[in-house]
Amino acid sequence: MGNEDALFYSRILTELTLSFHIIYATIGVGVPLMIMIAQWVGIKKKDEHYILLARRWTRGFVITVAVGVVTGTAIGLQLTLLWPNFMELAGNVIALPLFMETFAFFFEAIFLGIYLYTWDRFRNQRKHLLLLVPVALGAAFSAVFITMVNAFMNAPQGFELVNGELVNVNPIVAMFNPAMPTKVAHVVSSAFMTSAFILASIAAFRLLRGSNHLYHKKALYLTMKVGLIFSIATALIGDFSGKYLAEYQPEKLAAAEWHFETTEKAPLILFGVLQEGEPRYGISIPYALSILAYNNPYAEVTGLDQFPEDEIPPLYIHYLFNIMVAIGMWLTILSFIFWLGIKRDWKFVTGSWFKRLIVLGGPLSIIAIETGWWLAEVGRQPWVLRGLMRTAEAATSSDQVDLMLLLFACLYIVLAIGSVVVLRRMFRKNPVEKELSDRNNNKEEEQT
Amino acid sequence: MDIEIVGITVLWTFLFGYLIIGSIDYGAGFFNAYNLLTDKEHVLTKIIQRYLSPVWEVTNVFLVFFFVGIIGFFPKTAFYYGTVLLVPVSIALLLLAIRGSYYAFETYGARGHKGYSFMYGLSGLLLPASLSIVLTISEGGFVHLDRGKPVLNYFILFISPLTWSIFLLSITAVLYISAVFLTWYAHKAKDTLATNVMRKYALIWSLPSIITASSIIYQLKFHNDEHFNRLMHLWWMFALSLLFFVGTVLLLWAKRNYGFAFISLIAQYALAFYGYGISHYPYLLYPFLTLYDSFTNEAMAISLIIAFILGLGLLIPSLYLLLRLFLFNKGYVKGNSDYY
Repeated sequence: MGNEDALFYSRILTELTLSFHIIYATIGVGVPLMIMIAQWVGIKKKDEHYILLARRWTRGFVITVAVGVVTGTAIGLQLTLLWPNFMELAGNVIALPLFMETFAFFFEAIFLGIYLYTWDRFRNQRKHLLLLVPVALGAAFSAVFITMVNAFMNAPQGFELVNGELVNVNPIVAMFNPAMPTKVAHVVSSAFMTSAFILASIAAFRLLRGSNHLYHKKALYLTMKVGLIFSIATALIGDFSGKYLAEYQPEKLAAAEWHFETTEKAPLILFGVLQEGEPRYGISIPYALSILAYNNPYAEVTGLDQFPEDEIPPLYIHYLFNIMVAIGMWLTILSFIFWLGIKRDWKFVTGSWFKRLIVLGGPLSIIAIETGWWLAEVGRQPWVLRGLMRTAEAATSSDQVDLMLLLFACLYIVLAIGSVVVLRRMFRKNPVEKELSDRNNNKEEEQT
Repeated sequence: MDIEIVGITVLWTFLFGYLIIGSIDYGAGFFNAYNLLTDKEHVLTKIIQRYLSPVWEVTNVFLVFFFVGIIGFFPKTAFYYGTVLLVPVSIALLLLAIRGSYYAFETYGARGHKGYSFMYGLSGLLLPASLSIVLTISEGGFVHLDRGKPVLNYFILFISPLTWSIFLLSITAVLYISAVFLTWYAHKAKDTLATNVMRKYALIWSLPSIITASSIIYQLKFHNDEHFNRLMHLWWMFALSLLFFVGTVLLLWAKRNYGFAFISLIAQYALAFYGYGISHYPYLLYPFLTLYDSFTNEAMAISLIIAFILGLGLLIPSLYLLLRLFLFNKGYVKGNSDYY
């Protein structure tokens, strides 16, 4: 196997591992916050339903955490195994957030263990709630630190390269690179949003399947409300990300928008297909790209004509961009209508076709997460460190990458099937109605 | 003291931490599976599950901490070890995946699934072996440079007696460490049946573990003379280690003070592990990579050490809390479940 092959398979394996990992990682970042909110609401309202909600979410969460930890360890080591040259260079500049990420992870792991195994040990549920704070913080901060590393790959800074030698390294400057604020904020808020919509989709599914329990209705309303808040936040931050790209990474924005020539009053192309290098069947909105990029309809937006051909990312990222934005918009509108409908007592939001749309929201938001990451990652090709190191220079020289790809593909299939089967069985065997009556019986026994 | 030494000491300490808690974890999985397969009425299952459930994730972090730390302090190791370790570490990752998912899937899903328990037990033996390949490779002689790129010679690695000695050492040490710890833990839980079983295992595995360990030293004489000589300068560390080994075995034999037996075991392995580490100085990968030519720039080293100290400030109290609530909590150890 030549080096070309090693590069190709390394890219596929990294993409496979990350695409699989982010599903569980996103849930891992977002769900602790949701559990914390449910537990808190339960204590405040003295409502047993919310406490039970927190417990049941936590039990499912453990399964996803296990797979998240396993795949996270895999990608952590694969970075070094598949991209040794990149890690050698990056280790010099960006090791600090990588190191801090493991601390955040450590912190989360300890308190998650404690939280899981002390359900009824504290008389005061507030004490138990306190244990969730480090879990949620640890989860969010691992996302923050690891996204800092990714942001650095898009906007490397904090060092000087003199004759191939790294000098004047400043780890703090490397961490707080220009890509960091928008990337970190977008990742964290979209994780909260996705988790809320996944949990909403479970609640809606149970209601559709015949259970008419108040518990599911409370769950649905809570998750949709949180989902609405974070989808608005995600959209706002997404807009900032567009402005960041226009300023610092114009080739990514231009490729995502099929903006070929540098112009003022640039139009935005929605949807469409590319035929022989020409966009067809798209909807062109005048001035919109200039507004997106600079908040000014007359602003000049850099096009792909400004870049040498071997530095332009693949143009298919336009489709990814459209899918991500369309899903984001759709879910914002859906959750807004639901929230307003409940307030105003509109009948249709509690109808079954509306619930079906909510059920779809969970899988859709995961698709949005995946397409968003593919857009961000493919959009910086051909660079692994933008403007500094090409992906081809970073790959391993090892001969066995294709075999490893096969090995890991099998592993992920087993993990995916395993986690779904276990999760389904867990909740099928023990529906809310049963658990609630069990708990009430236990309490009565204690009192008598 | 050089900042390089500080860096490697920190990392070595974390590796030692992983060695101990990882061994307990791997060995426990093996004993558990062995017990299930021989239908001993799940004598150990309860004890083992009680200990492992709250800490399995923490165990894993020790490993993550080490490999992230070594890239941070010694980025050049990424180039050498990253390139040559693709296959062994990928296999280790696969085994780790089996273990990590086991806890969650087993506890909540297929409780008592024999096939899975068996795979889990087996992975516990193969994992330390696949990870300890790194120790073999670091001795030199298995890697050569081809147009500036490191290449691992699998054939030489496979036929080397050193490889197999370290392989055997890792297995016997895992079973021994785990058995001693679980004897103590079962004793604390006042589970006499489990205590007796684990004590028997501990005594069975004590002799093979010390024989394999001593044979490594003998092997090194032929494989890497320079390393062997430095090892001999530290003879007193290994002699002390041997004394602690005798202490542990005697306490186990006399059925007393299992807590001290475990502490003496830690001392035994700490002395041997640090003795080995110090004698490896200054090489990370003989003869290509030393501590000094692979060390990161000063700014990164200082910020990593600051982050490390701050992080420990957070971690030590949290770990203490974890230990107090589970490991050293009489009610929990004895099995007063409060997990709904």
